[in-house]
Amino acid sequence: MTTTNVTTKSREELIEKFSKPEVISGSEILLRSLLLEGVDCVFGYPGGAVLYIYDAMHGNPDFNHLLTRHEQGAIHAADGYARASGKVGVCIATSGPGATNLVTGIATAYMDSVPMVVITGNVISTLIGTDAFQEADITGITMPITKHSYLVRDVEDLPRVIHEAFHIANSGRKGPVLIDIPKDVSAAKTLFKPVNEVSIRGYNPTVSPNKLQVDKMIKAIKEAKRPIILAGGGVVYSGAHEQLLEFVLKTEIPITTTLLGLGGFPSGNDLWLGMPGMHGTYTANTSIQKADLLINIGARFDDRVTGKLSGFAPLAKIVHIDIDPAEIGKNVHADIPIVGDVKTVLEVANQTATRANLADEWRQEVLASKKQHPFQYKDSDTELKPQWVVELIHETTNGDAIVTTDVGQHQMWAAQYYKFNKPRSWVTSGGLGTMGFGFPSAIGAQMANPDRLVVSINGDGGMQMCAQELAICAINNIPVKVVILNNQVLGMVRQWQELIHENRFSHIDLAGSPDFVKLAEAYGVKGFRATNKEESRKVWEEAMNHPGPAVVEFVVRRDENVYPMVAQGSTIDQMIMGDAE
Amino acid sequence: MKKHTVAVIVNDQPGVLQRVSGLFGRRGFNIESITVGASEEVGLSRMVIVSTGDDHTLEQIIKQLYKLIDVIKVIDLSANAMVSRELALIKVNAEPSARPEVLGVVDTFRASVVDIATNTLMVQVVGDTEKIDAMIELLKPYGIREVSRTGVTALNRGNVSKL
Repeated sequence: MTTTNVTTKSREELIEKFSKPEVISGSEILLRSLLLEGVDCVFGYPGGAVLYIYDAMHGNPDFNHLLTRHEQGAIHAADGYARASGKVGVCIATSGPGATNLVTGIATAYMDSVPMVVITGNVISTLIGTDAFQEADITGITMPITKHSYLVRDVEDLPRVIHEAFHIANSGRKGPVLIDIPKDVSAAKTLFKPVNEVSIRGYNPTVSPNKLQVDKMIKAIKEAKRPIILAGGGVVYSGAHEQLLEFVLKTEIPITTTLLGLGGFPSGNDLWLGMPGMHGTYTANTSIQKADLLINIGARFDDRVTGKLSGFAPLAKIVHIDIDPAEIGKNVHADIPIVGDVKTVLEVANQTATRANLADEWRQEVLASKKQHPFQYKDSDTELKPQWVVELIHETTNGDAIVTTDVGQHQMWAAQYYKFNKPRSWVTSGGLGTMGFGFPSAIGAQMANPDRLVVSINGDGGMQMCAQELAICAINNIPVKVVILNNQVLGMVRQWQELIHENRFSHIDLAGSPDFVKLAEAYGVKGFRATNKEESRKVWEEAMNHPGPAVVEFVVRRDENVYPMVAQGSTIDQMIMGDAE
Repeated sequence: MKKHTVAVIVNDQPGVLQRVSGLFGRRGFNIESITVGASEEVGLSRMVIVSTGDDHTLEQIIKQLYKLIDVIKVIDLSANAMVSRELALIKVNAEPSARPEVLGVVDTFRASVVDIATNTLMVQVVGDTEKIDAMIELLKPYGIREVSRTGVTALNRGNVSKL
């Protein structure tokens, strides 16, 4: 990549550089504070209320900023950066429409507990509340979708606020934090001293678990005849993948990982049953329903996982491990609640965890079921099947790529047919289900991982929600491989209309979509198209070998459905298996 | 459905009431009454919220409140013996002929008259919610012009200090 001409300095070097007390502007303080927080790339879009901040960036050799073409692109890129790296994603937008364009992205990050610091400009302090030009109460608007927010009224507060915001965003249950800075505050000058300590009264996330509760879990494992682990995004976020693997190897309990947990456990492991829930594996779903012990590790019992709540895991004693106490007992009653950081909890548990010895029969049953019921689809030689395309991508990347997706059928096929073995290789919008997320999040993921292959799998619908960011890839030579599984419809909506609304296909036809190859080329990005297997192999290889960004459109079967499927209101073992079984 | 009274100690920051009330609204928790005022410590305010719901709802209310960064402490006051008080100002019709009767009600409730006009009296009453409800009920026949109630504020009885 040629985009980073910024040399990342160590914190020590920066402190050294900034240690001389200097009277500088709020904008300058913001940039220095961001650098001290270790931020190496910021995504944003300038405007009137952030003019001073952008002026401070001008000619700043330390600061790396990527100009997206829409604020939504900026915030999803910051999100992808955070998910793929574990660092805090940062984006900047101006007041009013700039700020409100971030709302979808903030909500996306909030639902999936992604650490982000969102900086918005606001009108000058004295104009706040007067319906001034480009004024919006962005702290008020985003209160329900941020972990915390600040409206900075005094430049003196800025260093502390930024430091606190990073701490809050990336500790406990992670999430987005908003800092709203009025224009006069970013212009005001003061003596800058870096803040090194953070102490927020009343904010002390519980990291270490109660040992007695962990002991109860260990005892429950010994007594269980049909135990199962349900692991979620918390495993990835706390960096607990090694501890989880150790826990599973010690206990030999079959494990299922949620959509956001993919990559938190190696898919090649025998005991991995795939993903549970609405489009989960037959084995994961039926095993949860038969289990007598369910150990939830960092998942939040989302309704897409549980199906009909009253019939979820009806026989199981429930252990719930979560850093957020409010998640425990929110949807599913926990018999053994364990509040703590997943990694720390598993470290403690691994000291005494032993094999679930009473579960031998269960293991055989589950593994036999796994062999019997893999994900399957009817392949075709005349039509290109989207599942086949995902398998092709998996094979040719050896499962090593960072895969980002948009939302819909292609997302589920990617989750089903791309087998993940490493954490932070899977970037997808789970909780909010945000269309338009897939492609810009790949830009962020690539910025965080310049040396890895980043593949963004999209539908033809979602691709058109943020396609303008192709410009960023072109001018910065960000070598993302953008896949479009083009079925010419809003596929997941079509599927629901077929199965639930008796084939009444209402407003799902995407006729009028652009020629995606030409669209790519219009932005200066290499474009490819494939309509059959032979072409697919050929153009995909070309795209992979192309050193820069590429868009590859696969024209796939229009009426293909995602199976298995659990209809809303059903228990998860009531699966529609589809045409393959 | 039970009535729950919780005290929420919060940082005295702009917008903190919005954060707390917004949380209740968004998550579908009921607010029967909410009061805010200074606490015993500079920089901290005490909110007292009366809500209705089952025990599961109360548990979620407390846990979700703790997620707010500006919330320092949440106390389930109704779990222990508490004193809860509400103040109401009631402007009631009181023609001279009816006045002795109205004053009789005021005396019985140990309320006080804080303003007298030619045809009305303003009554101030302090007590728990039920007492104020009862008083309003008794004054209704005379014709109530206006009522202003503060909402409930409360503390636990005894020596325990919660912060």
